[in-house]
Amino acid sequence: MTATAPPAPAPTGARPDEDGHEPTGAASSRRRGIARRLLGTQLADALAGPHDVDHYLELLRPDWAVRRVRGEIVDVRHQTDDSVTLTLRPTVTWPGFRAGQHVEIHVDVDGVRHRRCYSPSGSADVRTRTIELTIRRHPEGVVSRHLKAHARPGMFVGLSMPRGEDFVLPDERPDRIVLISGGSGITPVLSMLRTLTDQGHDGPIAFLHYARSADDLLYADDLAAIAAAHPNVELLPVYTRGGSATGAGVADATARDPAADDAGTAGDRTATTPACDLHGRFGDDHLRRVLPEDRDAAAFVCGPAALVDAVREAWADVGLQTPLRYEHFAPPELPPVDPDDLGTVTFAGSDLTVDADGTTLLQQAEAAGLQPVSGCRMGICLTCKCRLEHGVVRDTLTGDVHGAPGEEIRICVSAPVGDVTVDL
Amino acid sequence: MSPTTITPDADVPFSPTLDPDTPLSPSAPDREAGAGRKRRDAPEAGSDGAPHRVDPNRRVENPPLRAVPHLSQEDLDAFGREMEAIRAKHVADLGERDATYIRNVIKAQRRLEVGGRIALELGFIPPLWLAGVAALSASKILDNMEIGHNVMHGQYDWMQDEELNGRTFEWDTACPADQWRHSHNYMHHTHTNIVGKDRDVGYGILRMSDDQPWEPYFIGNPVYASLLALLFEYGVALHDLETEDLRYGRWDWEARRPMLRAIWGKVRRQAAKDYLLFPALAGPFFPIVLAGNATANVVRNLWTFSIIFCGHFPDGVEEFTVEETENETRGGWYVRQLLGSSNLTGGRWFHVMSGNLSFQIEHHLFPDIPAWRYAAMSEDVREACERYGLQYNAGPLPYQLFTVARKIVRLSVPTADEADAYLDGDAGNPVVKTVVRGVRGVAKAAGGGVEAARGAAGVARGAAGMAKAAAEAGAGVVRGAAGAARGGGGTARGGAGAA
Repeated sequence: MTATAPPAPAPTGARPDEDGHEPTGAASSRRRGIARRLLGTQLADALAGPHDVDHYLELLRPDWAVRRVRGEIVDVRHQTDDSVTLTLRPTVTWPGFRAGQHVEIHVDVDGVRHRRCYSPSGSADVRTRTIELTIRRHPEGVVSRHLKAHARPGMFVGLSMPRGEDFVLPDERPDRIVLISGGSGITPVLSMLRTLTDQGHDGPIAFLHYARSADDLLYADDLAAIAAAHPNVELLPVYTRGGSATGAGVADATARDPAADDAGTAGDRTATTPACDLHGRFGDDHLRRVLPEDRDAAAFVCGPAALVDAVREAWADVGLQTPLRYEHFAPPELPPVDPDDLGTVTFAGSDLTVDADGTTLLQQAEAAGLQPVSGCRMGICLTCKCRLEHGVVRDTLTGDVHGAPGEEIRICVSAPVGDVTVDL
Repeated sequence: MSPTTITPDADVPFSPTLDPDTPLSPSAPDREAGAGRKRRDAPEAGSDGAPHRVDPNRRVENPPLRAVPHLSQEDLDAFGREMEAIRAKHVADLGERDATYIRNVIKAQRRLEVGGRIALELGFIPPLWLAGVAALSASKILDNMEIGHNVMHGQYDWMQDEELNGRTFEWDTACPADQWRHSHNYMHHTHTNIVGKDRDVGYGILRMSDDQPWEPYFIGNPVYASLLALLFEYGVALHDLETEDLRYGRWDWEARRPMLRAIWGKVRRQAAKDYLLFPALAGPFFPIVLAGNATANVVRNLWTFSIIFCGHFPDGVEEFTVEETENETRGGWYVRQLLGSSNLTGGRWFHVMSGNLSFQIEHHLFPDIPAWRYAAMSEDVREACERYGLQYNAGPLPYQLFTVARKIVRLSVPTADEADAYLDGDAGNPVVKTVVRGVRGVAKAAGGGVEAARGAAGVARGAAGMAKAAAEAGAGVVRGAAGAARGGGGTARGGAGAA
């Protein structure tokens, strides 16, 4: 992801005007609005303390919240064998998002809360009060496999505030919009397309998408419907396998499931979503097709690194003036881990980097002249816990190697493995 | 884009890189020679394949812990490794069941709290008042023990749920969670029962061990204990301030100002909620709600006091000196945790309502494992204890409370030697010393200090026995605790008078 600015706290009752659209009638929605406003007061906080109001509210109405943001799954669609599309109805604390932004969802799997970022693919127009997410199942993905198998209407997931300020539709819309995506990178770009058409953008919109085959093309029907209803939208699907003669293309970078490679023959779906006359990787011919003239235009590309890099290179080679915004959709990397690998330790809060010497992070911090708070020095009191920002550590009590960005670790019993950054 | 967790192949035995003579260090047992392999291959097997067994009648030279003269350093470390194997077994099994358990407890706590508060608002109807007090007491007990105490130990940190984060959790009691995390998680759990280091030995206001030197202040031991039981949440709130420094003239207002401010903030918020806002919601029935909330707080205080005092102070629990724990290994730490704690026996609901601190031994061995697992872990721990000839302290709550009360009363009065030690010492006010010397002289004249001490102990035994009878007569466990402490208070005065 390009940017992950910390989310601002949700203003209480951010969009009270929304209540007016509830189908239950004005009187009851006004009552509900008053109830929500009362629950947001200091008095309510004092009565609920030391817990917060949401702690109790969740018991009565999980779809209500004063501060936290949650979403109820109201629809589950399985567009392809390896993806699932969820429609979420967020609590009123959700401030809405801008097309292209992403959101972190919190899902409990086997007792552990996992956090994953996904880009909503629905329209960001204010009239759309749901969040649509399409999640591609990764063979080793804890969250994606869980949601593919278990997501049901009625379930709740936690939500962050919308994030990302770079890869968004600008408020001032240029005339010609060029959208390029590969694989599951379609989601933020589709959100842009839907937002533009919902808000009556009448300039030409070119949508160039790379999929492995017609069977792998997400949102085929939705795209066809948009194109049919909006003559200014030109759909340019490129199939890099199966239906197309040119073989491997950029979208292969997302091909993580070997079984899926054999799944698609283009034949079944070409009737509804024929491939365009472009083939293979993104190149000059593709560029000329979507961007015939370099003025009053803006381009957005999202997908695997190979696609994003190819587009950026093309921009540089031709010397285009059209603003290009991009976002990488890269699968997580899982390098093999040697628990005895010594790299460097960076204490981010102190702006200090030292070579790892095999001792615990606490000992290293002290050797480096820092004075981190600590207590028992044997892993039981949690006084020394601090945030791991990058890398993995070895638990010196068990030998297990673990670590995820943002995880809190006990530095007195954590030795760095490879390069590690901690918030000290 | 997404966080990743990497776990090395579990089948590959961990290869230690340090030389085989390196002792088991407190913080890095995985680097200790062979520890990784032992843990994975046959955790309970010794070198000959049979489980490690120690003859309890053996005597080793220079035992590292004087409480267990039959155990060598190697035995302590072998025991420690067995405990770590039990721990590893449960860590590997953490998952949905633990999450479901704690979330269900939290749900029950919220329901009890909401229900109790509503019932108390209607407390002018007497049965509702009683039901409200019962529900609110139960809610506060669950919040403080099974949820608050355990969550703050980081038992559920692995769930990565910010609401169950041990570092940020706040609980429904007067003590600010941050100060608790220091005084309890660090000071008490690291230095358990080391007299002079573990401030939970007497909480700085009581004499709970023979190793604490006697001074005249401790004549009030039973009175202080009774007050502490009633006002336990405030005692806990003040605990980290180290108020004993006031008595010894070491008090530094400046250094303690931030802590005092935090305590005052928390106490004020708690009091405003229970004694002002909720009563005010009831309008004219303000006093009824106020009385209900106060009762619930006191019930919670008496209950938590009883459970916690029975964790470390009943008969049979060992105390340790700073010297013998100076070069302690992790194995020694495990054995000290075991010997310094005592379990309470009871049914499933008793364990839930005590936050599973009724498994105090397992809690001290495995403070960061979800507490509901202690019941299952205790079977393995007991089995290992038998093989190592280690005492595993356990008893029912009324009896354990009785032994605690007896100890509180007994330690309030000095033995002849303790009185002499006080009079010979440098510390102490000369006027008080003169008084003590006078009383000591009278006692000697009246038949010797030994006799007097024995007499005082006899009175104390009688009083504690009555308390026990009251508890067993079905007066209720909690009331029994208060009774024992109160009974103790009465006899202390009697005992002092007799001396």
